[in-house]
Amino acid sequence: MPVNGYKPLIVAFCCNWCSYAGADLAGNNRLNYPADVKIIRVPCSCRVNPMFVLRAFQRGADGVIICGCHPGDCHYTSGNYFTRRRMALLFSMLDYLGIERERTRVEWVSAAEGAKFAATMNDFAETVASLGENKRLEDLRCKK
Amino acid sequence: MQRIGVFVCWCGSNIAGTVDVHAVAEALKTEPGVVFSTDYQYMCSQAGQNIIKDAIRDYRLTGVVVCSCSPRMHEVTFRKTASQAGLNPYMVEIANIREQCSWVHKDVPTGTEKAIILGRAAVAKVNLNAPLTPGESLVIKRALVIGGGIAGIQTALDIADAGFPVDIVEKQPTIGGKMAQLDKTFPTLDCAACILTPKMVDAAQNENIRILSYSEVEKVGGFVGNFEVTIRKKARYVKEDICTGCGACVEKCPMKKVPNEFNLGMDNRRAVYIPFAQAVPKVATIDPNYCNMLKNGKCGLCARVCTAGAIDYTQKDELITEKYGAIVVATGYNPISLDKFDEFAYNQSKDVISSLEFERLTNAAGPTAGKLVRPSDGKHPHTIVFVQCVGSRCDACAEKGKEYCSKICCMYTAKHAMLTRDKYPDTEVYVFYIDVRTPGKNFDEFYRRAVEEYGVHYVKGMVGKVSPEGDTLKVQASDLISGKQLHIDADLVVLAAAIEPDASARPLATMLTASMDTNDFFTEAHPKLRPVESPTAGVFLSGACQGPKDIPETVSQAGAAASKVIGLLVKDKLTTNPCVAQSNELMCNGCSSCELVCPYGAITYIDKEFRMPDRSIQIRRVAQVNPAVCQGCGACTVACPSGAMDLNGFKSEQIIAEVDAICR
Repeated sequence: MPVNGYKPLIVAFCCNWCSYAGADLAGNNRLNYPADVKIIRVPCSCRVNPMFVLRAFQRGADGVIICGCHPGDCHYTSGNYFTRRRMALLFSMLDYLGIERERTRVEWVSAAEGAKFAATMNDFAETVASLGENKRLEDLRCKK
Repeated sequence: MQRIGVFVCWCGSNIAGTVDVHAVAEALKTEPGVVFSTDYQYMCSQAGQNIIKDAIRDYRLTGVVVCSCSPRMHEVTFRKTASQAGLNPYMVEIANIREQCSWVHKDVPTGTEKAIILGRAAVAKVNLNAPLTPGESLVIKRALVIGGGIAGIQTALDIADAGFPVDIVEKQPTIGGKMAQLDKTFPTLDCAACILTPKMVDAAQNENIRILSYSEVEKVGGFVGNFEVTIRKKARYVKEDICTGCGACVEKCPMKKVPNEFNLGMDNRRAVYIPFAQAVPKVATIDPNYCNMLKNGKCGLCARVCTAGAIDYTQKDELITEKYGAIVVATGYNPISLDKFDEFAYNQSKDVISSLEFERLTNAAGPTAGKLVRPSDGKHPHTIVFVQCVGSRCDACAEKGKEYCSKICCMYTAKHAMLTRDKYPDTEVYVFYIDVRTPGKNFDEFYRRAVEEYGVHYVKGMVGKVSPEGDTLKVQASDLISGKQLHIDADLVVLAAAIEPDASARPLATMLTASMDTNDFFTEAHPKLRPVESPTAGVFLSGACQGPKDIPETVSQAGAAASKVIGLLVKDKLTTNPCVAQSNELMCNGCSSCELVCPYGAITYIDKEFRMPDRSIQIRRVAQVNPAVCQGCGACTVACPSGAMDLNGFKSEQIIAEVDAICR
């Protein structure tokens, strides 16, 4: 969703069982969302180390979203509860690092919620685009 | 350094329509490690797979990236292809450029750009892939079927016929489910009991089937081939193996005013009861909520009349733990509650009934012995109005109804209307509908018979209001075809309530870690190609727990689920997922963080000797992962403070490489 011609770079971590399948369903139903969103498949949202989120910001990502199964529906019983706690902790410190809180999100998308996946990504991409480029954590040594 | 081959699939025009596949193949050629790159119309076809195999041999590839559809679709296919060419199957990665690229983006430059980035991430990951070898686990040759309706019974019979032991867990005192409550079945008008009860008896007599009635699943552990399930066998206060089902206790029980749930509360049963004459097992059950003896110790009549001595007021719930190789969910459906549908006056008038109640009213074994009468005054109804789609296809009324079509209502309403006109030609029967949906063998013919031969008045339009006035029910409706408002004085109104999954399905799905859709129906592993399997390995779906279904469909799905279970149980061993956690003992400091977050108890600690640089021997406590128990979620990898835990197939450095490749 380009705002003033600016296209953000968004990394989405999706759990294999719910959200990745939800993204596939969005595809099956041809539900559009911005190409700015690039999905990385992980077995469970709890595989996402907060370090990966920071790494993405460091390398120039403008937004990072982590999607998992709805609470109570985790394929591994309890993984998404860990995600929720870990990310709440990480997000609470992002301000301190100079990253706007709105650039990160944890969302629950089930395998049957293709429409929710597309809607979430549209909304997130719009929010991130309105914030503009994320410069503050970018390690300039990474960009030649 | 890996030698990677990139294979870009056109998927006909599915990918090639929005992604310039040549450009993708060309761009990925320059990625580190890539020695070969090509594109082809259908990579999954025989010819496409041969291109991959030939390239693996000709270019001595050590890694493969296929840019194609979702890995959930063809990862297995391409892994097999690689292993046929002598490459470790776990050296294959898929870049999903169909579901997550070409199908969701519209213009070619955008699609192509994103496809290149996704391909780049996959290449970066493969560069760090390592060959993995799956382990093996034993298969317990016993199946569990949860739910004893027609779906569960049929599945159990089919599995038992193949020679495998099956347990059926049914929460009611008898198996039979909803079908046992029905009178006739469409479109053949077979008597439901005549075709169901022999199957119930077959199940009871089959030596491979054990029926655990009045029981519920309490806990599920383990994994495909090796589930451990705890089942609560509720106290029925009657010794099941001694009770002969003679019914003497039922006759003598003084507690006569218990609403009979089998007849949907339209008549009463005793506190000790056998749900219906053909119940299996035919054993009495004492309802602890109503029995005077159990409530305040005053009565004991049933124990005195029981010549077999089967009554046991001290019986307690029993917990049974059993191991199973496969689990079939057959929890079925329920009609939704009509309490919120005030416009139809369901709670105001006894003569506004649900279709299932109508079914009991016309059933020879029902509360009126099959005589159709008004529940309020026992009089014969002359004008009957059927209302379809009550709570089904309800966009605007989502808080009280369902958005989906309940599928079976059109046909059973046609059946009810037809049978009413057949038995009581003096009645006027109206059916109000939004659409009449009759896809199915001989279904449309059946509906047309109701209209043409039996003179049922089908009116397109919804009923706006039912108001009880004295003896009659004033039905206000619109006829959409003539555009007129209709006012009908009805004696009986029958509501075709939407159906929803049984309430036990949600907690069960959590226990099984099987996924559900937004309506609480179980999701299948693939909507078209794997309709009877849940995405959770070893869990199968049978009947209406997966979506609204009629009896023929349920029976065929039950058979399909059984054949999948048999296919699993005939194997002696299963290969296990090698993408499991692994601890680097040199980095592990034995802190127990990983053990605390592991949902499977796969992590244990051992004391291990380490030779230090100064040649001294040090004994340290380090984590060890049991690969047969680990399911590969990765929770431990993040919990580990020293970074000793990693997940094969999804190593931290691999995910970071993907992040870097995307953010480049």
